[in-house]
Parts: sequence; C-alpha cells; structure tokens
Amino acid sequence: MTATQIQSPRSGNDRGQSSSGDSGRIAPQYRRNGSARGNFEMLAWLFMRLSGVVLVVLIFGHLFVNLLVGEGIHAIDFGFVAGKWADPFWQFWDLAMLWLAMLHGTNGVRTIINDYAEKDSTRFWLKMVLYAATTVIIILGTLVIFTFNPCPVVDGVQLPGGFCPA
Amino acid sequence: MPTKPAGTLYRGREGMWSWVGHRITGVVIFFFLLVHVLDTSLVRVSPEAYTAVIGAYKNPLMALGETGLVAAIVFHAFNGLRIIAVDFWKKGAKYQRQMLWVVLGLWVVTMVAFSIRHLSLALGGH
Repeated sequence: MTATQIQSPRSGNDRGQSSSGDSGRIAPQYRRNGSARGNFEMLAWLFMRLSGVVLVVLIFGHLFVNLLVGEGIHAIDFGFVAGKWADPFWQFWDLAMLWLAMLHGTNGVRTIINDYAEKDSTRFWLKMVLYAATTVIIILGTLVIFTFNPCPVVDGVQLPGGFCPA
Repeated sequence: MPTKPAGTLYRGREGMWSWVGHRITGVVIFFFLLVHVLDTSLVRVSPEAYTAVIGAYKNPLMALGETGLVAAIVFHAFNGLRIIAVDFWKKGAKYQRQMLWVVLGLWVVTMVAFSIRHLSLALGGH
C-alpha cells in the first residue's frame, strides 16, 4: 500500500500559511486552476450547455420550416434554398446553426475519443482527424452561405424566382 | 475477487441509460451533420446538382431514415435540457429520474405528431 505517501491536504505546507489563499491547502496535482490547460475544460462544459439551448431553438425551427410547413420535404429544391438565403435572416440563422452545431458536435466527439481511446497516439490522431473535418466543414458551409448566388443565369436564362430582380 | 459494486445509485439505472442514449444519438447526429453540410453545399455547384442529390432524400426509405434522425435529435434536445436542469437547478439531481420520464413522455408526443405530418407528406401521393 502506498497510502503513506498521500498527504493530508491540510498538512502539505511546511510553512503552515493556509490563511494565504488556497495555494498551501491543495496539493499542486489536484489544483483545478492555474495549470497549462487553464479553464478550457470548464469553458467547454459551459459552451455545451449554452449552445445546446440555442441549438434546440435553431434546429427545431429549421425542421419545422423545412419539413412540416406546406408541402414539406417535396418543396425542397434549389429554388427553396435560394429563396431562404436571399433573406439575411435565414443566412444568419443557418450560419449560427452551422457554427454552433459543428462546435457542439466536435466537442462531444472529442469527449468520446478521450473516454474510449486509451493509447496516446490513437487519441491524438483521432482528434486531429476530427479537427480537420470540423475545420473543412465549417469553412465550406460558411463560404457557401455567403458566396451563394440565389439568382443564377443558366445558359443565358434567368432562373425563375420571385425574389430575383427581373 | 472483484465483485460488482452493490447498491449503486447510477449504474444500470435511468441515469446511466440516458447517458448512453445521449452519446449514441449525439454521434449519429454529428455524422449526419457532416453529410448534410456537404449535400447542401451542392447549391454552390449548380441548381441541377443540388436538386438531384436532394431528390435522394425524397424516397420512402429515406422518409423513415429522416424520422429516425429526428427521433434522435428530439431525444438529444430534451435530454440535453434535462442535463442542464440537473447541473443548474438546485433540485435537479434529486429529480433527475422523474425528469427522464418527462423527457420520454414529451419525446413520444413530439414524435407521434412529427411522424404523422412528415410521413403523410413524404409518403402521400404527390
């Protein structure tokens, strides 16, 4: 048994200056702040809860408008997307959904990788693949939302759409 | 001899299974999200490319898949709100089991309503 090596948190300081903050009362390896990681894990935990609440609203709204109103899924085609993204409201809606959902999902999968991949190198590479995929998808999606032309001219003909200038 | 811990409050009970369900639905939603951003990006390629790929979402088998996906999303959403309540509400941990049954009840009601509407639109004569 190695229990003798474990010191009581209250006896770890030779100087006995426990009144000067927590520095003398908690052994360094158990301290939750001031490490190289900073508050990253706490901020990630908080982000999951804050983004989660916003995502419930954004995604339920997305599903309602795209699947349950009017003809539902049969109405979805190029013109449907063009009509939505001709409006800055839906551009911002979808942009917020893209970023929050990707970061929320990436942090969730990061947690799962940390839980189940036991080898250091496996954990490292799985997370690198994850971060690469996340970066590509977020940049691609953002560019598509903002560089998209809702009124393309195909073979010299303006596609029909009530939102396009004549 | 290692023995099973006796009388745990968590293992094998509502708390553990809701955690398992939250993980599985989370991973499923994440992989769909990657695909969904890619298919939507085709609007940037050409109207024909987008309309062709989105046509793949409109067959009866996919209608069932979409319903399953929405079932995963709705569970993850409601159970996520339960997790927030457990973390931030003073009595959250005490009532976590009861809140899971509320989550499952709301999930059933939401999915019955969604399935009737979506499947009748997707499978109905068009």
